[in-house]
Amino acid sequence: MGSLFHYDFIIRALEAGLLIGAIAPLIGIFLVLRRYSLIADTLSHVSLAGVAIGLLMKVNQLITAIAASTISSVVIDKLRTSKKIYGETALSIFLSGSLALAIILIGLAHGFNVDIFSYLFGSIVTVKNTDLYIISILSIIIILLLSIFFKELIYISFDEESAQVSGIKVKTLNTFFILLAAAMIAISIPIIGILLISALLVLPTVTALQYKKSFKTTLIIGEIVSLFSVMTGLIISFYLNISPGGTIVLLMLTIFCLTLFYKNFFVKQN
Amino acid sequence: MSVDHTKNIIEVKDVSFSYGNTTVLKNITLTIHQGDYLGIIGPNGSGKSTLLKLMVGLLKPTQGEIKLFGQNLNNFKDWHKLGYVSQKAVGFDQLFPATVQEVVEMGRYGSKGLFKNLNKKDYEIVEKSLNQVEMWNYRDRLIGDLSGGQQQRVFIARALAAEPEVIFLDEPTVGVDAKTQEQFYTLLKKLNRELNLTLVMISHDLEVMTKETTELACVNQSLIYHDNPANCIKGNYIEKLYGDDKLINITSHKH
Repeated sequence: MGSLFHYDFIIRALEAGLLIGAIAPLIGIFLVLRRYSLIADTLSHVSLAGVAIGLLMKVNQLITAIAASTISSVVIDKLRTSKKIYGETALSIFLSGSLALAIILIGLAHGFNVDIFSYLFGSIVTVKNTDLYIISILSIIIILLLSIFFKELIYISFDEESAQVSGIKVKTLNTFFILLAAAMIAISIPIIGILLISALLVLPTVTALQYKKSFKTTLIIGEIVSLFSVMTGLIISFYLNISPGGTIVLLMLTIFCLTLFYKNFFVKQN
Repeated sequence: MSVDHTKNIIEVKDVSFSYGNTTVLKNITLTIHQGDYLGIIGPNGSGKSTLLKLMVGLLKPTQGEIKLFGQNLNNFKDWHKLGYVSQKAVGFDQLFPATVQEVVEMGRYGSKGLFKNLNKKDYEIVEKSLNQVEMWNYRDRLIGDLSGGQQQRVFIARALAAEPEVIFLDEPTVGVDAKTQEQFYTLLKKLNRELNLTLVMISHDLEVMTKETTELACVNQSLIYHDNPANCIKGNYIEKLYGDDKLINITSHKH
């Protein structure tokens, strides 16, 4: 077995993983509590269309993915709040629409010779130096912005009407939050892969919710689950040469199942 | 705080509201003064909940003007003067991971502003609010683990934590047993009489509303009556509002 740290690419993957693993529960907890989990799925598919545009135009695919995801997130948000179409309909239109666009564009770009597999399920060798810079800068921006209105987001998630009556600018903050979620989803693509991002966002929070603790404690448990799964998953995938996205999500799923088992059999019997 | 019963807290001037072509409220004019305990009653679909939402700015009137503390609602800034306990407060996500303390802390967020965390003074106000509704001992419990009546008290505490001058309550006693309701109304009376808080409450419970409040507003698309509860019963306004059957309920239910 070769040592982990002899390879630049694995160090880059671990650094990116640390950032993404830390941010995922901060965004995920609100997506889960506000029943927005499906947005994550939709935006990740939109990101694939962004990747395809990047391949076609031969520019950094992470940048085009971020652009596609954030722009669509604002449009989806507008469509949902306009109430002209049902919220989930807007999501499924965007999901299938962008997938269709992605397939056509990828076909045009390289006649399917592109290693699309690594975009779908993540890969530890795909994190380039530029990617790591982009991921780092965006991570810092996301954390900074979140810390500005984190407490307001808690109130909005719990009781949107009362939050609004208390003077919180609910609409503006909702749009900001969706934008941050979109950026978070796009920067997770290199490591986790498009098809597995929603699991990264949802599973740590859902696991933490089983412990029925305060908001603060729930968030901390989510962070532990997320960071542990991402870092361990990356290391395992390096040694076993398997997909990092799949490994990370399976780890998270295992922790979730163990938690359910523990909560339902042991805690109830005592 | 001394009460000035002539001071206008809320002025609703010739307000109408419609969803598309459906008129929900028509030409409502009504003034709420400092220290009032106003009950809004009306049958299902009468628009009373809409009226409350208009007063707190959740909906915008199609026509007419609403003033809070003398300021037009469109330019209103002093949101901390308002407390709001919505119907949803009772039907909220029971699995939401928040302790009683965390829920009441939310009451401080609006006046705090972005990026600022709660300080010692905020925590003192949170403690005081929880004590006022006698729920301080439950501060570390999860909100979803409490009974309906206890949850209501916590939501009142959250409203109190903003140190408001008026609290709006949208059918706060839905789904709570009679004894708990009684305690809840005693608490509201105390807030109104001792803390001089102006209260605006919607309820289905006509008997309680006629007994507890100082003013009654009967709404069914338009404002049918607005004065003290005694004259409302004398003038047979409730009969006009609901038809005969409800009136019999009120007169036969005397405790």
